[in-house]
Amino acid sequence: MHNPQLNRHGELQHLLTLDGLPREVIVSILDHAAPFTEVAEREVKKLPLLRGKSIFNLFFENSTRTRTTFEIAAKRLTADVVNLNVSTSSTAKGESLLDTIDNLCAMHADMFVVRHAASGAPVLIAQHLLATGRDHIHVINAGDGRHAHPTQGLLDMYTIRHYKRDFGNLIVAIVGDVLHSRVARSQIAALGTLGVPEIRVIAPKTLLPTAIETMGVRTFNDMREGLRGVDVVMMLRLQNERMAGALLPTPQEYYKVWGLTPEKLELAKPDAIVMHPGPLNRGIEIDSAVADGAQAVILPQVTFGIAVRMAVMSMLAGQ
Amino acid sequence: MKIRITNGRVVDPAHQIDRVQDVFIAEGKIVALGQAPDGFAAERTLAADGLVVAPGLIDLAARLREPGFEYRATLESELDAAMAGGVTSVAIPPDTDPALDEPGLVEMLCYRAKKLNRAHIYPVGALTIALKGERLSEMAELVEAGCVAFSQANEPIVDHLVLMRAMQYAATFGFRVWLQPLAPFLTRGGFAHDGDVASRLGLPGIPVAAETVALFTYLQLAKATGARLHVTRLSSAEGLRLIDQARADGMDVTCDVSINHLHLCDRDIGHFNTHCHLVPPLRSPRDRDALARALADGRINALCSDHTPVDDDHKLKPFSESEPGATGLELLLPLTLKWAGKHKLPLLVALARITSDAARLVGITKAGHLAPGARADVCVFDPAARHIISRDSLKSQGKNTPFLGEELPGQVRYTLVEGQLMFER
Amino acid sequence: MQFPDAEALCRILAEQIRPQIQPNTVLIGIRTGGEWLARQLHTLLGLKESPGAIDISFYRDDYGARGLHGRPQRADIPFSIEDAAVILVDDVLYTGRTTRAALNEVFDFGRPASVELAVLVDRGGRELPIAARYCAHTLPEPLPASQNLQLEQTEDGNLTLRLIDA
Repeated sequence: MHNPQLNRHGELQHLLTLDGLPREVIVSILDHAAPFTEVAEREVKKLPLLRGKSIFNLFFENSTRTRTTFEIAAKRLTADVVNLNVSTSSTAKGESLLDTIDNLCAMHADMFVVRHAASGAPVLIAQHLLATGRDHIHVINAGDGRHAHPTQGLLDMYTIRHYKRDFGNLIVAIVGDVLHSRVARSQIAALGTLGVPEIRVIAPKTLLPTAIETMGVRTFNDMREGLRGVDVVMMLRLQNERMAGALLPTPQEYYKVWGLTPEKLELAKPDAIVMHPGPLNRGIEIDSAVADGAQAVILPQVTFGIAVRMAVMSMLAGQ
Repeated sequence: MKIRITNGRVVDPAHQIDRVQDVFIAEGKIVALGQAPDGFAAERTLAADGLVVAPGLIDLAARLREPGFEYRATLESELDAAMAGGVTSVAIPPDTDPALDEPGLVEMLCYRAKKLNRAHIYPVGALTIALKGERLSEMAELVEAGCVAFSQANEPIVDHLVLMRAMQYAATFGFRVWLQPLAPFLTRGGFAHDGDVASRLGLPGIPVAAETVALFTYLQLAKATGARLHVTRLSSAEGLRLIDQARADGMDVTCDVSINHLHLCDRDIGHFNTHCHLVPPLRSPRDRDALARALADGRINALCSDHTPVDDDHKLKPFSESEPGATGLELLLPLTLKWAGKHKLPLLVALARITSDAARLVGITKAGHLAPGARADVCVFDPAARHIISRDSLKSQGKNTPFLGEELPGQVRYTLVEGQLMFER
Repeated sequence: MQFPDAEALCRILAEQIRPQIQPNTVLIGIRTGGEWLARQLHTLLGLKESPGAIDISFYRDDYGARGLHGRPQRADIPFSIEDAAVILVDDVLYTGRTTRAALNEVFDFGRPASVELAVLVDRGGRELPIAARYCAHTLPEPLPASQNLQLEQTEDGNLTLRLIDA
């Protein structure tokens, strides 16, 4: 089956998902990101790599934070950035997704950064660009439904590599709402590809996808058991709308059973790091003492995120 | 018009005939096999050397999209597709707009189809008004207008008391009730089989329990009411097991499967291929294989196209926003032959599922077979010819099928309806 | 073609630079040849600031056509550029495009008092109005575009010039 994100030379044409992305491509993105971390320390925080390129941030679902990190990354590469909150404009008037894309192509877009509530929307856009012969335009998935959030997954891998050096002997635990999480899917795919020997997911049964073991993870319902001896704890955000209803009784009970507290964190290795994709729900999935504690690397994740997005953008544009 | 079809391999499952002989047609009927009747002078002779002469195919479910969805397809375009596919009788699900819940509407549809003079249509009436699952439709009147059974298409009846009453009322007259087993609350918000593929793609899932829970309910209510239950579009091995059990308990229940579920599974969704967005969802390879075996041994009574033309605009969308369904009238024969080839089934068995067995479920007696006196609905096809399915090769207005680009066996050469040659290639 | 010994050229270059050294003079080598050269010059000249190194991959003007190749390294500038007398060091001066990229990159770190260019060999073939203030050797005839002249470092740290067919 044709992998829609690679061109016929096996190079990255779009970044749509980390599932099935070859190991050398992932490693190459992480390697490329390293020199970009230094740009932020310069007097002029800009590189001319994407001078004259037009990048459209197409957010069909609101997310100020993710949009901002892509915007900063693009601007540090000297691209022209156009932000479109499509949720409030054309689709509200009934325009179809691909009509919107065709219109923006006519404005000579070079790259689309797409966030969409439906799984697979960026794949559809990439397939449409291929079918219409516009293969000079690149698509970056900035999160689609429950499917994938590849740049988040990559920045998480960058963070782990930064603190742990090697993936080959780690135990990594992903905790929380795996069912609805595109972040978790991207993390699991990348951790597996990079050779992490043990990936654990910890959650109540209502928040675990069916047959998740086929993705190469061990499932734990008991948080204490799952955290024992881990090197990396990756917390997931619990969306407000999941907190009360048929998935979970109350946020209080969730915190009590699956919230990350200093006492539970003690079960992990002493040098374990704690990660979170943000924004944090303090007192629900994570205790403030942990979020602000010495083991948390949540803010470095944000910093690395810019460099990783710069690396992805410049690699795509240079293809 | 007197027609003689010469030298074809006549396969008539209803009468267990499979031999090379001539077929003689006059005044819309089959008049003889083998020997010409006295004084028969053919006005047209169709050479069928190397071809199979079979009863015209009977499709248990083809949405022709009229009334209400003419921008997707029309009676003309879809009945042309039926002719090209060798399908001479089609049962039409009631999910038109408005739904087939009114005798006048059904009469109109039958009249339009008759005027077009292609395939015979057999409307399946709405079990409840507007398929809302609240008020019963005028079933007796609808049958008089031409309905052959009653169904909810893919719409649920949430209220089980209404469902039971509807089945009781249908049972009063001995009408057939065709039900799609999908429990509404377990189906809602789902788009693909709840398994590893949907989990990986992040598509909200529809568990197998959506089928089994509904099926168990239908079976219990059919037992209680004595309704003649036919289960449409089975999708899972578990569902099949419930049917087996019910039959073991002495229940008379029938079921069918679609060409898509016979050949495909959730893995075929690949990179969000919306042609594989179907109702019910494509399930696991294990389920698919169980369905294919059950169709072979007759536990599944018939195979249908579940023809659902969808325009490009509604398929070129993210998977969960796309419209479910696939075009199929022209694929019914090729996919039957593909399945038969895979399972090494004799043509007599394979073709039964889309002719005589299907006829029994719809209640058609004068077609679906080739005995003298039968309506001369005939499909003559080349079993050896292979062709690649493409948008251009399809006569249907719907170009949406997961089989685009696939090379399939079997090409229809002649389609006759009531003794008239309606299609030749 | 025979080239003079790179080590000897390096000493010539150092002697050209020596009279012009100011208290705020710093060396920045352009990776990779220029970085080795800058380190040698630093030792020969006895400068107190360690030399800096930049990788101009991100500033290339042919990026759009060629993309990012190899593994660009972090810029390493261990001093403030502000008001420094910068000497950019490169092994071979050719079209001038590398120097142009390097100038852009240097200015992204601050505003230097002055920038000069020191190269081991000028091979001719300039496409931009750029000249080296310090140059140890100028080829009598420009090299054809089909040939590449580059500096290499042997295992014992010695520098040699090598001509290869591109």
